[in-house]
Amino acid sequence: MSTAFPASSRRPRSDGFSGAAKVALGMPQLRSNLAHATGTIRGKRAKVAGELDDWERLRDTAAAIKADVQHRMPELALAFERNATAAGATVHWARDAAEANAIAARLTREAGAEEVVKVKSMATQEIELNEHFAAEGMAAWETDLAELIVQLAEDKPSHLLVPAIHYNRTEIRDIFRDRMADAPAGLTDDPAALAEAARLHLRRRFLSAKVAVSGANFAVAETGSLVVVESEGNGRMCLTMPETLISVVGVEKLLPRFADLEVFMQLLPRSSTGERMNPYTSVWTGATAGDGPKDVHVILLDNGRTDVLADEVGRQALSCIRCSACLNVCPVYERTGGHAYGHVYPGPIGAILAPQLEPGRHDDLPYASSLCGACYEVCPVKINIPEVLVHLRQTGPHQAGEQAAMGAAKAVMARPRLWRAALGAARFFSRPWRRRGFMRRLPWPGSKWTSSRDMPVPPGESFRDWWKERER
Amino acid sequence: MSRIGLFITCVNDALYPQTPKAVVTVLERLGYEVDFPPAQTCCGQMHANSGYREDAAGLAKSFDRVFGSYDAVVTPSGSCAAMTRDQYPDLIGGDIGERVYELSEFLLDHAGVEDVGARFPHTVTYHPTCHGTRALGLGDKPLRLLRAVAGIELVDLPEADQCCGFGGTFALKNAEVSSAMLEDKRRHAAGTGAEYLAAADNSCLTHIGGGIARAGGPAPIHYAEILASTA
Repeated sequence: MSTAFPASSRRPRSDGFSGAAKVALGMPQLRSNLAHATGTIRGKRAKVAGELDDWERLRDTAAAIKADVQHRMPELALAFERNATAAGATVHWARDAAEANAIAARLTREAGAEEVVKVKSMATQEIELNEHFAAEGMAAWETDLAELIVQLAEDKPSHLLVPAIHYNRTEIRDIFRDRMADAPAGLTDDPAALAEAARLHLRRRFLSAKVAVSGANFAVAETGSLVVVESEGNGRMCLTMPETLISVVGVEKLLPRFADLEVFMQLLPRSSTGERMNPYTSVWTGATAGDGPKDVHVILLDNGRTDVLADEVGRQALSCIRCSACLNVCPVYERTGGHAYGHVYPGPIGAILAPQLEPGRHDDLPYASSLCGACYEVCPVKINIPEVLVHLRQTGPHQAGEQAAMGAAKAVMARPRLWRAALGAARFFSRPWRRRGFMRRLPWPGSKWTSSRDMPVPPGESFRDWWKERER
Repeated sequence: MSRIGLFITCVNDALYPQTPKAVVTVLERLGYEVDFPPAQTCCGQMHANSGYREDAAGLAKSFDRVFGSYDAVVTPSGSCAAMTRDQYPDLIGGDIGERVYELSEFLLDHAGVEDVGARFPHTVTYHPTCHGTRALGLGDKPLRLLRAVAGIELVDLPEADQCCGFGGTFALKNAEVSSAMLEDKRRHAAGTGAEYLAAADNSCLTHIGGGIARAGGPAPIHYAEILASTA
């Protein structure tokens, strides 16, 4: 991919999260776009979630259903295959991204096509299906408005739900004007004008497409049905118009029963867009003669998921329904944006999912959190994200110097007499600063604190001295 | 008569003797006798949350030994109380966390007192710290105690539920993001025009106060010190 447009906050891999975050923090337009967008969705979510008096029970139920899926995944996946096949779909199994991409490309060619239209899908972003199609000399066109913007800009999504959240409308106008061949002359940054330009552009694609690629929000084992939840109607076009439909579905998307949708269809729209009801909900079960695509394929994707299942604490990350509520409330995400995380799943959920799906490649992400817990509070499926963050920190690698410092601190703290001596030494050596009350500059690693914060000076008399005096 | 142990926390042990003194003052004013076991050090949260599970477990075991014989342990830290209740069961087993109370929990739920007889004729804004509010579920307990203080004028803190950016070693590992969060918190606190910024955790107040010392804002104060005041 070439450089992003107009300015990318994409994470340079070598710098890790903190380096990329520093770059993002230096981009005032990005920060104001993010603060405005996340703030707006945050308010809407809180309002509509607060309307339901059984909200907490819905969350508990959803968490229980997802835990059940994780316990019975092989059984449910086979049931899904059986029921979807009986309804006329073809089910494929993909161990990893390469297998899934190869199957999707082969099916597209077999349908006599060189290009596909796409429903917004995190799974296909995860496996980089668009890039694979491009490398094969084929094309995959995004039809979700925000995904279209990101694709035209040759950028990457920075949010699960609103992938172009890092752009404002003026920047979007510029992207359309420069990158969309059929953009109308004199296009303004009026949102209605931008949407109309995209609509006309996409309409031509829908009418000519032979093959569509989608993900799925839910895969119902009991019936073999897939469900796509979207709000622009582009998904409905993709799912009904082309002759061939290929859906790439992570195995964690399974639900045991059709009736389980009742729970998730209340939680998902309220948590993600802050809407009471989802605008376009498409449910299909195999192929239906005379209605919709004739050739229906489902690619069940593992890509690291079954390995995550083996971790008793970490596997709750597989309960995620990609609502993005955790991103919108996260004070870290709000300030860095999604690209700093360097993975298709950003924000708090990304910080626990990415290191598990790609072990060893994102070890700094569990530290990209102040553990404030706002994510856990809003998660509709009650993923205890702070718990998993701490768990991943405890099971991941440590830098040698830090490990030595932590070991020394523990050795002192585990011995009350040493601890008291250390406190006494701190009081003694900080005497020169006591009158001032704080220290403005400390040597490394304290310098990381004093870069923006003063450090208070230990007092002359400790609580212990005071207590001893008064006991006398 | 139940035995009450005071856990002052390592941060207060090192930097803020006035806060545990205030806890002693308030509890004694209400007729409780408090004991301070001097062998206490740290609950182990820094190690646990930085990824050092074994070290954390060692410190948690020490805590369990030092405080195991008390009927109640009172601490002026929502964060440390949450550590004992949330993480100890998995870390060392046992149930000592159930007997550890953050001060406002002890006063409201155990002692059943809302008005502790304090007087503090100043404007105060209150920051609900994350671990106290979310992990421990303090809700507005400290605020309810503050509302009952004579002479106090409480001013709402805008975007109060937003983290100040401390997060333990997060403040060092991701210093830039932490500082950006701090600056927003400081700006909101300064904008209230209050004389004091109160909270239930001196670690967070060290962070916010460190920013305030540079760029201005209300004086940081642990709410226990307000409850102890009779000025």
